[in-house]
Amino acid sequence: MGPRRNLPLAIGGAIVAAITLLALLAPWLAPYDPTAVNPGGRLAPPSAAHPLGTDALGRDVWTRVLHGGRVGLVVGVVAVVIGAGIGAPLGLVAGQFGGWVDLALMRLVDGLMAFPALLLAILTVAALGPGHIQAMGAIGVVLVPVFARVARGQALRLRDQEFTIAARALGATDARILGRHILPNTLGLLWIQATVAFSGAVLTEASLSYLGLGAQPPTPSWGWMLQEAREVLFVAPWLGIWPGVAIAAAVLGWNLLGDGIRDRLDPRR
Amino acid sequence: MAPTILVVATLTFVALNVVPGDLAVMLAGVDARAEDVARLRALYGLDRPIVVRYLDWLAALGRGDLGISSSLRAPVAELVAARLPATLSLAFASMAVATAMGIALGSWSARRAGSIVDASVLVASQVGLAVPNFWLGILLLIGFAATLPIFPLQGYAALVRDPWAWARHLALPTLVIGVERGAVLTRLVRASLLEEMGRDYVRTARGKGVGDRAILRRHVLRNAAIPVLTVGGLQLGYLLGGAIIVEQVFGIPGLGRLLLQGIYARDLALVQGAVVVIALLFAGVNVLVDVLYTRLDPRIQYAA
Repeated sequence: MGPRRNLPLAIGGAIVAAITLLALLAPWLAPYDPTAVNPGGRLAPPSAAHPLGTDALGRDVWTRVLHGGRVGLVVGVVAVVIGAGIGAPLGLVAGQFGGWVDLALMRLVDGLMAFPALLLAILTVAALGPGHIQAMGAIGVVLVPVFARVARGQALRLRDQEFTIAARALGATDARILGRHILPNTLGLLWIQATVAFSGAVLTEASLSYLGLGAQPPTPSWGWMLQEAREVLFVAPWLGIWPGVAIAAAVLGWNLLGDGIRDRLDPRR
Repeated sequence: MAPTILVVATLTFVALNVVPGDLAVMLAGVDARAEDVARLRALYGLDRPIVVRYLDWLAALGRGDLGISSSLRAPVAELVAARLPATLSLAFASMAVATAMGIALGSWSARRAGSIVDASVLVASQVGLAVPNFWLGILLLIGFAATLPIFPLQGYAALVRDPWAWARHLALPTLVIGVERGAVLTRLVRASLLEEMGRDYVRTARGKGVGDRAILRRHVLRNAAIPVLTVGGLQLGYLLGGAIIVEQVFGIPGLGRLLLQGIYARDLALVQGAVVVIALLFAGVNVLVDVLYTRLDPRIQYAA
């Protein structure tokens, strides 16, 4: 395709930066209180006072989209940290020790992968109960096998490299080899995986909260806003637009960013 | 297959029975009287040790007995069987749409790699990946309700009773899941076609004077099908997951809605049964994909 600038990285980075800033600054940018109910101004169409209109309880939609972003991003970040925090060590240990440790850990990972991702998240929420804290755990569980596989693959690849063999010959313990040699060489891959996993986490969070299993009202979340919009769809169709735009933009941004980083690290593609 | 069934069943049981604490208290409510809790515990056999309950449940599962739903007061196996046709219809129809879309768009853009067509297909598929299926469903509801009221917006009709109504009910939900999964397959078909078209055998065939069309059909598509099938099999997991949520948007009485009904009603047997059946469907499809491989590539052996 010839030399060209890394467009996905630039566009993805810009979207990600914009959404993160809007979410972080929500309390200062949002014109209203996200949970302030206003019975007099229910289901108002977009106007100067409420640029995206108001919902069935008279709450300002623009305010709730901004604050919903905060909830979605925090759930996504914590879920990725849980998934990577459990999955990566599992994978590294499985790859390093091999044998029955590997077999046992990978059986568990395969078991988790035998569930469709959203079903596994729903099952976990059914066990833990609904809520955005529980959703973090549920999405984290879904991500465990993803990170475990990446880490295990890399540990297996590095196990027979000269520097690992040299370290072992010098008497380094398994823990030292893992921590000082294999982990640093796995971090790059884990970062790429984390970027892609994050967009999936945002989408799963939105799905869970759409089903009423994620953030509980009155906490604003993009998924639940769409559920509320669906109930009044033919009275106030504008409610069904912006939370969806926000989800799609966030997922698109992180996907592009992940693609861009991968292209940059692997110039052959 | 057999180990997968066991692992899926075990994980489901552990998640729902070990994690949440006292189920009887949950069913009765926190402020229930002690004798009510005890009555419930005996009624659902919760007073027995967990290992016994697990083995009992597994044995029953083996007989196709999924227990009795406490909220709908009917055998779970019957409820699941009644909901299965809707979910399977949706899954197969969307898979067909996704595959057709993936092969058509993917090979169209691969043959014109680097052109404006290729770039537009890539951008469109990136957007298709990012749009949540339930939101696309909502947008279609808004659009069709206002402009073209030819599709029923909610519900389902059985295929055997009224094929025309069946198709009309499924059109929009199928489009939603089909487009979502089709976006993934488009990118994949494009990438693996491009990779195969750069191989030596293609150059050889070209050197022999074989036409582009014949090369694509006779050689490239066959080789490119293997990675597509791998990811396609995994896609079915997302597709079933997508069906859970899209059924909710369009009010289709399928397995996904049954599962959510069970969760909202804290109906343990119903949740357990629905989860296991959906997971087993997924596992079954993956075995089918493995078998298909051996058909496409005789070098691959399927170890049962």
